[in-house]
Amino acid sequence: MRLTVNGETREAPDQATLADLLASLGIDGRRVAVEHNREIAPKSRWSEIALEDGDQLEIVQFVGGG
Amino acid sequence: MESDSPLTIAGKSYNSRLIIGTGKYKTYAENAAALEASGAEIVTVAVRRVNLSDPSKERLTDHIDPKKVTFLPNTAGCYTADDALRTLRLAREAGDWKLVKLEVLADQKTLYPDMEETLRAAKILVAEGFEVMVYCSDDPVYAKKLEDAGCVAIMPLGSLIGSGLGVQNPVNIRLIVEQTRVPVIVDAGVGTASDATVAMELGVDGVLMNTAIAEAKDPIRMARAMKHAVIAGREAYLAGRMGKKKYADPSSPLGGLI
Repeated sequence: MRLTVNGETREAPDQATLADLLASLGIDGRRVAVEHNREIAPKSRWSEIALEDGDQLEIVQFVGGG
Repeated sequence: MESDSPLTIAGKSYNSRLIIGTGKYKTYAENAAALEASGAEIVTVAVRRVNLSDPSKERLTDHIDPKKVTFLPNTAGCYTADDALRTLRLAREAGDWKLVKLEVLADQKTLYPDMEETLRAAKILVAEGFEVMVYCSDDPVYAKKLEDAGCVAIMPLGSLIGSGLGVQNPVNIRLIVEQTRVPVIVDAGVGTASDATVAMELGVDGVLMNTAIAEAKDPIRMARAMKHAVIAGREAYLAGRMGKKKYADPSSPLGGLI
């Protein structure tokens, strides 16, 4: 299936969960947050959230800022 | 001499009245050293997309520990209430804390706050349980509306973000200080140490700055200067300055002159 992650198109295997996607991207889950189709995806549910073709994801972290 | 009470925001007390940003530094290591020199206990941070091509890149949290320093996620770069709300909901999820800095900007040339959108976002955030420190214009009327909406700190600009023009609006800042029961923090405009002192002498509870430190030739030394400047301004405010006079008034006694 095809996903949009941080504005980029990414392929993921069918049946993938959000936790699977983060692992495949090599993202350390500490201190990141995920928005799934404009809703916050709580960390405690990452392994239950099944992704679907066309899903939009934003994965963010803290960076320097004023 | 009475001792000063600490700066208390949303029930938590801080010994330092200086809040610093974490943007524009050459490296996170320099940023961490400047933080140490400034004595600040709160830092503003931005929320941005993880770099997917290099997710293991050095992170702010590798250098500044959120367990030791209060992270204040901001909404810099947001031009609508909706963008600001999305950003802060993500920040709360990423960090698991409720204290946030709201700023909703109106245009890129001035980075002046859009107060209508700011107030709208503030009301929603307060209803969702956030503790909102709010960047705002120096308009006492809007400052009051934001306080009434439940914001935990009112943060009027001294002058434009990143301008280094100092406190251009001392009368408005004083009016806001007089009417506000939550902390007032001058946010934006400080260029050098005397600007921070001027702000504190007006009676504000704290000063927030980023560029003045980050873009100094020696940021660590400037961070130390700002620490002293904020303390000096606070002490001078509490001490109560002498009255201004039109002519000289000798400091040595006139009696007993030879």
